[in-house]
Order: sequence, then structure tokens, then C-alpha cells
Amino acid sequence: MLAGAAGIGLALTNLPLLVLSIASLALVPVPFLGMALVPWTTNLVRKRTDLERRLASRAGVPVARPYHPPPERGVPGGWRRFRWTLTDPATWRDLAWLVPGAVVGIAVGAIVVAIPLYGLAGLTLTPVWIWMGTDWYGYGTVWSVDTFGEAVLCVPQGAAILAGGLWVAPWLRRVDASFDRLLLAPTRAAELRLRVTQLTVTRADTVDAQAAELRRIERDLHDGIQARLVSLGMMIGLADELIDRNPAAAHEMLAEARKSSGTALVELRHLVRGIHPPVLAERGLVGAVRALALSLPVPITVDADLSGRLDTPVESAAYFAVAETLTNVVRHSRAQHAWVSLCHDAGRLAMVVTDDGAGGADSAAGTGLRGIERRLAAFDGTMTLSSPPGGPTVITMELPCALSSPRTTHSFATD
Amino acid sequence: MRVVIAEDHALLRDGLTRLLRAFDFDVVASVDNGPALLPTLVTHRPQVAVIDVRLPPTFTDEGLQAAIAARTQIPGLPILVLSQHVEPMYARELLSTPHGGVGYLLKDRVFDVGEFVDAVRRVAAGGSAMDPEVISQLLARREPLAVLTAREREVLGEMAEGRSNAAIATKLRITEKAVSKHINNILTKLDMPPSDDDNRRVLAVLAYLNA
Repeated sequence: MLAGAAGIGLALTNLPLLVLSIASLALVPVPFLGMALVPWTTNLVRKRTDLERRLASRAGVPVARPYHPPPERGVPGGWRRFRWTLTDPATWRDLAWLVPGAVVGIAVGAIVVAIPLYGLAGLTLTPVWIWMGTDWYGYGTVWSVDTFGEAVLCVPQGAAILAGGLWVAPWLRRVDASFDRLLLAPTRAAELRLRVTQLTVTRADTVDAQAAELRRIERDLHDGIQARLVSLGMMIGLADELIDRNPAAAHEMLAEARKSSGTALVELRHLVRGIHPPVLAERGLVGAVRALALSLPVPITVDADLSGRLDTPVESAAYFAVAETLTNVVRHSRAQHAWVSLCHDAGRLAMVVTDDGAGGADSAAGTGLRGIERRLAAFDGTMTLSSPPGGPTVITMELPCALSSPRTTHSFATD
Repeated sequence: MRVVIAEDHALLRDGLTRLLRAFDFDVVASVDNGPALLPTLVTHRPQVAVIDVRLPPTFTDEGLQAAIAARTQIPGLPILVLSQHVEPMYARELLSTPHGGVGYLLKDRVFDVGEFVDAVRRVAAGGSAMDPEVISQLLARREPLAVLTAREREVLGEMAEGRSNAAIATKLRITEKAVSKHINNILTKLDMPPSDDDNRRVLAVLAYLNA
């Protein structure tokens, strides 16, 4: 009921906004003032429509923002900002919405307020009737309430009307929200444009991350394994030289060479693990996460149910996202226990990592969480973090993806 | 001693075959893919099998799966699994089949020929051979081990790898008597039943670490 009243109040602000907008448009020819005024009023209108979008989303009808991204160097009052405002079709659709939006908003608000009020009137009619005496027009099905019995009869009717009014209110708000969506939601073209903008950003991030990763691998190979192989070749060559003249020294050299090749293998193994952990290739996401959980010093319960395998790139992104999160748990959370849950439902993989640590994690503070977000964003995945001080920390990651049928059957349980 | 080898890289397969033959093993069959492995093991019933985890056609963990399947069909069939990397999880799966006679080593361990042949013989005799890397990963995450002294932890590690008292004594350059004293202390501190049977003791230690 209160929401209905607030809705009416909000709808009423549409009219001054419309007047302001028209006035600012009319003043465009006025030098300086005109160009500054239009973006300013548009901004006000957008504040109002954004509020309406949020309310619509809360009523169960999600409405996305349709606007062009602002120009990078558009100073307020400048030509770029002016043009950006006027060339965005969403600006005009917002204006077109102001009047019908207000009408529908007021109508819906009025109904939402009026029906329960009438119900309340019925409920309180009996005492009012006693107090006022016998003169009362009527209520519900009883017209002209003459006797005490008739007055009492109004009570159940009032209750029914109140309940009905409260029951239809959310539905009516959804009708209002659906109407808002007609004009306030992005058009197909705007949706595509927003998608392109988002894809451009995530693609650039992905390419950057890939390039950095390749540079790291190159450096590791160059400084580590390549150097080791060179020294290995030298040692074997030297042993070859020495083998007749000084067999003891040659033996020593060969033992050294063997040790060096062992170290090279260890380094290579670490590198491979960082690129694509072998257990991930062998067992898929669930197996790899279980193996990881076993190797970490904090006890971790893995609850996973995936009936098939994911595509390799998605699988890798999902694994590293979980791995990075668990590394954070071990390093920063001071947790006694952590839980990982993996499940695939309705074309989405949901990965939830919970710990009973100190909480207070902030994705703005560390680069780790930002990295996870970027990794997931490349596949349109998302990450949400809830970490109140004192814990618990819950990180929810979602990736849209398909499951393929399992490549091999694993009949051997791992726990 | 009759051996079956499963390894897809021709170079490594030949190397292993040559190495084992040099130490008087009789390599009765060598396979280079997963599907052929189980039937080969069942027909030849070798005294020990040396198996690579990753085999064609899927290049996942077919060797391991075949090893476990073979041990369910032929209980106690001694199997030494080799891999380019080790996972405590795989060790746990191998150990979950009853009876001893399992090994799980990094391929690098082949470099130390003496050690490696020793491990093959140990597994064939129903003992075990766990890679130091597996053991150190298992030890790293067990906090109750803080009650052990540094020396005891060292002995526990060697024991978990599958070595006998005598071998531990040689490796750590202490007497066998000192080794068994350390082992008794370890078992008491970790609340484990004392046992004279080497193999059973190793399995108990591994089960403890794996829990």
C-alpha cells in the first residue's frame, strides 16, 4: 500500500521532468546555456528512469540500462556531451515514457492503494456504525447499513477485500513494470551495442592476460629448463672427455648430470601444473578440485556433482578460479575449514567456495579476486563476494556452459 | 621374475625393458595402450607390472584405471604405477584396493637405477613403494605430526615410502635397533597398533596419512 502511494508520488515527478526537458530543448539555440542544459536535464530524467528500472527489477521484471557509454573526454557543457545525449535513442525513449509512464504508474498506484483502503473501511465499519448511529450508506453487498447485524456482515467482506487487494498488489506492480520495460529497456540494437562494448572490454582483458601468461612461461623456460639442459649437455660432454683419463671424475660428472636432469624435470612439472594441471586433463574439474583439496593444509570438503566434462577452456578457467580462491583461503582467511560446491544446472556451472575464516575480503583490495573476475568474464562468467568482518566468506562463481557426456567412465570413487 | 610393461612412449618402453632385462627380469609382454592392458595382465598374470598412468587413446588416467581394475580381478596383483606427476589422490585410490604390492613413483625415479629396481622387487614381494613427493605432500598437511621429533618424522617418511627397517637404517646411517626404537615411538605417539609385519605397518602408516 505504501509502495503504491510512493509510486503515485514518483509518477507525479514525471511531469516537471517533462516540462524541464522541453524547456531545455527549446533553449538549445541560446549560446552556452542550451548545450549545458540538455545534458543536465537528461541526467535528471535518467536518474528518475533508473529508479523506475530498479523498482521494476525488484518487482520481478529486470530492466537493463540502455544508454551509450559516455564520451571519454566529454566535459560538461561541451559539444561531445551534448551530442552523446541527443544521439542516444534511449534519451528520446525516456522522454516518450514520461507521460504514459506517469499515467500507468498513477493508475496502478491508485488501485494498489484504494482496494486495501476499502477493505480496511469494511473492517472498521462496525464500531464507526455504532458511534455514528444508524445513518450509513452501505458497504460491499449491503446497501444502506441499517441494523447491527448488517454492520457486522461488512467485516468479513472488508477482510476479503483487504486480502484480495494485498494479493493483487505485486501482480499489478509487475504489470506496471512490464509497461516500463516497453520503453525503458534497451532496444535490440542497444542490447547488441552494450554486448559489443562488454565483449570488447573482456576480450582486451583476456588477450592481456594471455600475453602476460605467455611471457611468464617463456621466461620460466628460458631461465630454468633451457639453462639446465645447456649445463646438462656440457656436463655429459665433459664426462665423455674425462671417461678414459679420469674415470672417477667422469662418474662424478655423470652423477651431477643425472641430478641436474632431475631438477629440470621438477621445474618442468611445476610449469606444466601452472599451465594446465595434468590431473585436470585426466580427471576433469571435479577430480582436479578434489586432488587440490587433498594437497592443501586447510581441511576442505568438496561437494560436487557434474555428470559430464566441460569444454577444455571453460574447464581450465573454472579450475583456476577455484584454485585461486582456495589459495586465498589458505593464505589470508585463517580458516579452520573450507567447503567447495560445484553443480551444473540450467546451462550454468555454479562454484561456491565458503570458509569459516576471519572474513573482510575485498575484491578491490587484492589483485587475486580481480584476476578471478577477469578469468571468468572471458566466458561471460561472474563472481560475487560476501565477506562480512568476522566471516564467513562466501564466493559464488557462475559460468554459463554446457556439459558434454563423460569421456571415460570413472567408477572409482575418490573418497 | 615375469614382468608386464605398459608405456606408450617407444623410447621409454624400450628403456624400461632393457633396464629390467639387465637386472634379470623377464619382460613377458609390453603394451602401448589402455584397452590392451587389462586383458594382457589377466592372461599373463605377471609377478609384477610396471604401468604408466597416462595411455592412449584418451591420454587421461587409463593406466591407473586398468591397474585398479586388474587388482580387483586378481587380488594382490603387484603393480608399480609410473607417472610424469604424482597426486596423493591417485595414491589413495591405488591403496584402496586390498592387499599390498602397490607402488606409485615419478618417472624420474628410474634415473636411480638401483633404487628403482629395488622398488620393483619390493612391490613384487607384496611390499609398497611410494614416491617421496607423495609422502612429503601427505606429511605437509598433517598437523598432529607436530608431536614427532624431526628424526621421527624422517623415519616416518622413509617408512611410508615402503622401506624396510634395514633399508631405513642404511639410508639414515643409524642402527637398525635405533630405527625400530623410533618406529615404536612413532606408533605410540600416533596411537597406532604396533606391528612386526613391515608391509602391514606401511599400509597402516599410509592409511593414517591419507585419512
